[in-house]
Amino acid sequence: MSDTANRRSQDQALLSVRSLSVEFGTGNGAFKAVRDVSFDVRPGRTLAVVGESGSGKSVTSLAIMRLTDYTGGRITGGQVLFRPDGGEAIDLVKASDSRLREIRGNDIAMIFQEPMTSLNPVFTIGNQISETLILHQGLNGRDARLRAKELLQKVRLPDADKLLDRYPHQLSGGMRQRVMIAMALACNPKLLIADEPTTALDVTIQAQILNIIRDLQQEMGTAVIFITHDMGVVAEMADDVVVMWKGEKVEQAPVRDIFAAPQHPYTRALLSAVPRLGSLTGQPLPKRTPVMVMDGGVAKAVGDTHEQNTADYTKPILQVDKLTTRFDVGKTFFGRVTHRVHAVEAVSFDIYPGETLALVGESGSGKSTIGRTLQQLVEPTGGTVRFDGRDMAAMSQGERRRLRQEIQYIFQDPFASLDPRHTVGYSIAEPIIVHGLINDRKERERRVHELLEQVGLQPQHARRYPHEFSGGQRQRICIARALASNPKLVIADESVSALDVSIQAQIVNLLMELQERKRLSYLFITHDMAVVEKVSHRVAVMYLGQIVELGSRQAIFENPQHSYTRKLLSAVPIADPQRERAKTRIEGEIPSPVRPVGQEPAIHRMREVEPGHWVAIESDPLRGAA
Amino acid sequence: MAAAQAVSSARRHFRSLELVLGLLLTASMGLAVLFSGFLFPDGGESMDLMARLTPPFQDLAHPLGTDPLGRDVLARVIVGGRISLTVGVLSVMGAVVVGTIVGLVAGYYRGIAEILLMRFADIQLALPFILLAIMFLAILGTGVDKIIFFMVVAQWVQYARLVRGSVLALRDREFILSARAIGVGNGRIIFTHILPNVLGPIVILMTLNVANNILLESSLTFLGLGVDPLIPSWGGMLADGRTYLQTAWWVSVFPGLAIILTVLGLNLLGDWLRDLLDPTGQTSR
Repeated sequence: MSDTANRRSQDQALLSVRSLSVEFGTGNGAFKAVRDVSFDVRPGRTLAVVGESGSGKSVTSLAIMRLTDYTGGRITGGQVLFRPDGGEAIDLVKASDSRLREIRGNDIAMIFQEPMTSLNPVFTIGNQISETLILHQGLNGRDARLRAKELLQKVRLPDADKLLDRYPHQLSGGMRQRVMIAMALACNPKLLIADEPTTALDVTIQAQILNIIRDLQQEMGTAVIFITHDMGVVAEMADDVVVMWKGEKVEQAPVRDIFAAPQHPYTRALLSAVPRLGSLTGQPLPKRTPVMVMDGGVAKAVGDTHEQNTADYTKPILQVDKLTTRFDVGKTFFGRVTHRVHAVEAVSFDIYPGETLALVGESGSGKSTIGRTLQQLVEPTGGTVRFDGRDMAAMSQGERRRLRQEIQYIFQDPFASLDPRHTVGYSIAEPIIVHGLINDRKERERRVHELLEQVGLQPQHARRYPHEFSGGQRQRICIARALASNPKLVIADESVSALDVSIQAQIVNLLMELQERKRLSYLFITHDMAVVEKVSHRVAVMYLGQIVELGSRQAIFENPQHSYTRKLLSAVPIADPQRERAKTRIEGEIPSPVRPVGQEPAIHRMREVEPGHWVAIESDPLRGAA
Repeated sequence: MAAAQAVSSARRHFRSLELVLGLLLTASMGLAVLFSGFLFPDGGESMDLMARLTPPFQDLAHPLGTDPLGRDVLARVIVGGRISLTVGVLSVMGAVVVGTIVGLVAGYYRGIAEILLMRFADIQLALPFILLAIMFLAILGTGVDKIIFFMVVAQWVQYARLVRGSVLALRDREFILSARAIGVGNGRIIFTHILPNVLGPIVILMTLNVANNILLESSLTFLGLGVDPLIPSWGGMLADGRTYLQTAWWVSVFPGLAIILTVLGLNLLGDWLRDLLDPTGQTSR
């Protein structure tokens, strides 16, 4: 391409990243986080940068704003050409610090993943939005406040006036993220960089936030760089897609082409790992399917297709009847309880040997509390739990201890659930030691090695510490630890939610394979409907502490009866850009399960719409769900 | 990751240097003090009024000079270490043990135990230190053991508060919950999962307090509440030499140097110990 032609093609771009490279560390040990990445962002369009953790997508976005300077990174080459007015391009890599400060927050704004930590807890919402306005637009205090209110209304926050005087902790995650968007848009930026803005949010809230970003983008003509790992979100939001892998751009194309005809093997592997809602339509049983895994530079299929026909419906292993768990919050000066969290209200279900029951719901639905109550981490307020026919409440201390051997728990965050000061081998051996299962040291070591191999790791990994492993490997370690005491029931609490999709697909396959081999029952707690469809035999949908729908997987996904189930299913971003973007707008926050003492929630009555498919009768209005 | 590896290997190199230096300093101090009775049978007490205030490096008999009473500074520095190190190290160890246990119990079990222990600690913190010291030693009398006991009583609160704070942050961490889910008992959780994770800050506070307490002993002695003022100690020598700083600097500088080197050695050892306890090597410095 000649120089002039080159220039003309760049003229249309708002931002051109050219051969950008970023390094961390110095000398021999320098780590190249981003290598030779180029792309353009056109005004008013959305570019999605996708990749898994460690792919360099976030570093790229930080480097555009030169925020890498503050995180120990160094831009070693390339240009970031920014044309705020379509005129002269500024190379942000070489721009002075003062020039950059003018651009940051004014011409280029950024939203981060954690709305919890990106707002300063000691200032009111109003103060924080006004700050940007006063700083960049020279408004005085009163005008800034008025404008702040306008902005809050723009992101569809009700009661904007009152919100201005609230503190961040008084807002829900979704509301905080909307405040972040309001702040980002305060100065009408030309470019908005959104780094995983909805990853920490519930699906229905995510759908709302995505809608808001899309609408505001159309209204204000802002270009957006959308960093995400979620192909569903990409399909819903992006015009163009850049796929990153190990610090390099491996593919760039319009969104339809990426999904219809992925060129690079990594893109193909990534897409194959994405769980797709509706992929098992018409099939009664959950199914293992091969996962494409990158091996060297080629994608390789790992695993086989296998129907998960493991459940035995003769006698349940766990029977939960009218389980209720409440927590006291808010006490008067004299210690009288004023409010309670009604986390779980009269929930009943059974789990059969070899079966996976999925508990789905959004935050505050009480799904994790059920798991924790079953694991005796939380005391139930009422109801009965029978394990193998024995009533948990009537058990002796010793029996209860034994129950902790038969029921195991896998937590969400593989980074947080292993003690950083002990070797992996120690952590896996711990349940064997505390339950006195194997007393011989050599024997125990052999068992640990065997467990490591069962979850696809090496025996020599036993001597290493948790921080030496990746997220996926750590979750495998947690699984090995859970299996160490030969449990019958494993409670998996969002166990695959924090993992990259390709790792997630592998862990899901591992769990299913172990289920078949050891006849394990799973209580699979998650918010991710697409994963549920793949793993579960039966599904219970939870809303505000109660089950609103319970049935076979096929019944729930193909014939959802309750309005909340339908809402949940429609909120899931679908990894298919051809599909019409959802017209129905989901509104409303998830109501809080906190109630004043004496105000008991009404218990839904259930009706059986077909054998084994129970639905809460909706003439009980879904309180607060409107 | 290559970067992390290079950084950690550089660190390890530096670490081992720290360890060697720390060990060397602490060990030589410790050995000299341990054998002080053998090296200086007179206990640094014998006076030679003819040779009073001899400057250092002039007389082979008094390599570090003499004090206003003609006593050998080198002998007194080494003999003085007996009291200073005993008081400094034992008082800190005692306070750590008491404070850590209280902090662990209060932070882990919460409830009534926490309320009682921590309010007691608050009440004690509210009493002025000197008042406490005078009250205490007036009742118990003076002596090395009493001083150590007093320092433990006065300082356990620091460790208790520090440990309780860390335990509060730790007890809701998922790995503690997951240990409980597996069926690990309370005692085991406290000692194998919580304690190793709170040791880092304790070690730092410990090394700081050793130096503090060496000086504290001399203040107490100065107030007439400590040990027999005739028995040499580093803090006491510092106080004695104060009036001669202009004319005979060596009287106070050498005991001061002894304190600095000891504290430096202990700090280096402390840093090394803290890193040893943290396999991630990510403790912020």
